[in-house]
Amino acid sequence: MVASLDRTIATPSFTRRMADRGVIGVLAILVAGLAGYLLMPNNLALLTQMIAVAMLVLSIDLVTGYCGVATLGHAALFGAGAYGAGIAAVHFGITDPVAMTAVGLLAGAAAGLVSGFVILRAHGLAQLVLSIAVIHLFHEAANKASGWTGGSDGLSAITPDAFFGAFEFDLWGVTAYAYGVILLAVVFLALQILVRSPFGMLARGVRQDQIRIAAMGASSHSVLLRMYVISGAVAGVGGALSAISTQVVGLDSLSFTLSAEALVMLVLGGTGSLYGAMIGTVVFMLFEDTLSAANPFHWLTIVGALLIAVVLFAPKGLYGSAAAFAGRVRRRPA
Amino acid sequence: MKSLFEVRNLNKKFGGLVVTNDVSISMAPGDRLALIGPNGAGKTTFINLVTGNLQPDSGDVTLGGENVTRLGPASRVHRGLVRSFQVTRLFQDMTPEEHVALAVLQREGHSGRMFGHYSGRAEVMDEVSAILDRLGLFDLRHLKVREIAYGQQRLLEIAMAMALKPRVLLLDEPAAGVPQSETARIEAALASLPADLAILMIDHDMDLVFRFAKRVVVLAAGTVIFDGLPKDVTQNARVREAYLGSYADAGSAA
Repeated sequence: MVASLDRTIATPSFTRRMADRGVIGVLAILVAGLAGYLLMPNNLALLTQMIAVAMLVLSIDLVTGYCGVATLGHAALFGAGAYGAGIAAVHFGITDPVAMTAVGLLAGAAAGLVSGFVILRAHGLAQLVLSIAVIHLFHEAANKASGWTGGSDGLSAITPDAFFGAFEFDLWGVTAYAYGVILLAVVFLALQILVRSPFGMLARGVRQDQIRIAAMGASSHSVLLRMYVISGAVAGVGGALSAISTQVVGLDSLSFTLSAEALVMLVLGGTGSLYGAMIGTVVFMLFEDTLSAANPFHWLTIVGALLIAVVLFAPKGLYGSAAAFAGRVRRRPA
Repeated sequence: MKSLFEVRNLNKKFGGLVVTNDVSISMAPGDRLALIGPNGAGKTTFINLVTGNLQPDSGDVTLGGENVTRLGPASRVHRGLVRSFQVTRLFQDMTPEEHVALAVLQREGHSGRMFGHYSGRAEVMDEVSAILDRLGLFDLRHLKVREIAYGQQRLLEIAMAMALKPRVLLLDEPAAGVPQSETARIEAALASLPADLAILMIDHDMDLVFRFAKRVVVLAAGTVIFDGLPKDVTQNARVREAYLGSYADAGSAA
């Protein structure tokens, strides 16, 4: 009936399909995880924290990079996950690490629902201000509820069980690190499926033109709120990982500073791409760690200079600009 | 014939400026209506009122007997009232295939699915390919929208509207900005739309209007000054007055 149906649909290359399905990303995470273990065996705590923050940055990417919502309050979701897992362990005796992660996921999702509900009332600058209000409210709530959270002393004495009774959380943090790498790979795979799905496509549409989305009969607000809940779940898993590995949760996990730094990491790596979010986190945190050791007085200056350089010369971020460059090279006729 | 779509006594003011003044229009299935009028006559405002992008000060819009005046744009689309835009509104870094697939998935209620790629669903892909092929966009289906010509983007606007399977379609200058050499393609696309679909088209290109429309409504300063057959419109004194001002008399005197 229709001529087009007879035409063969060009099959994308094998590498392309593997990249689309997230197989390459998962392999890259596992290889990078192994490399981190071999290269920095004495610094696994830092690497584990890096993974936890990477999940926060990924969760910001979902709402900012994919949906176009600017937020400076996203640590609220991460902190909710961290306190959720910590409180479950300290006050309710839920010390199984996987169960703690699940509690963190739910707490993060709930915080995502609440903060999304507030933040999505407004647009543009007002939205940004609301997001700052949200992080301050979460911070203050955790500070006041010191019976549950330990207030400004932090919530300590979180002692997760050994994994399946076999893998203890040792002093060197090997178990926590391995758990972190596996969690990140699972989260990445889930998000890769999400961003390729019809819902992911709809979210990209919301970022680009909400009037067009309405003209198609879809509700931008519903898409954004759902994405906020998913984003909260991801950040919550990151927070839970942080609680499990450091065995303490402090108010800094619910801070404006962490929110802003995580957004900077995202911009550094490149918004709208899962790889960009992860690369930005790794580069920023390695930079921070190396420079603050080498020059404790001026490292922030250098971080600032790096950021300016990226924004001016690679506005799509490290990964985004590299991907755009690779695309141009590939297309150039030989 | 029973009317499918009816606008009754619609009014809208922006400040002191009356942009829509007691406008009533009704359409039956299969109607081909052209809404014309000089610049600033309130044509696009009328479309925005009808689709729910703007709220009227008074008046009603009914679709299939249901009053939709208080519904938002998305709810009206669900009920079969679909529009295209005068200035193309597309997602710049998505492909034509993704646009049409998203519209088909949305219509079928599957656009919220969080797993699986649309290309894995044969029934979606068949429909998407058929629509793209009908509009001559099949070979461009994997390019990003910002890489295709403006005329092709206009066709993609129509493709998305078709993918939503409307009962009433409002086309806001479908050929605006398209080179003369490509308007034939757009006309062919319009001619291939389902016969029972009611279409209201705004355009400035009178050749296109006269070939397409079976009925013409003329809007001037927010008021309907003519509603009738295309062959009568050019002879109407009020229409000539609205378009040509005082030159209208000079023309008839000559």
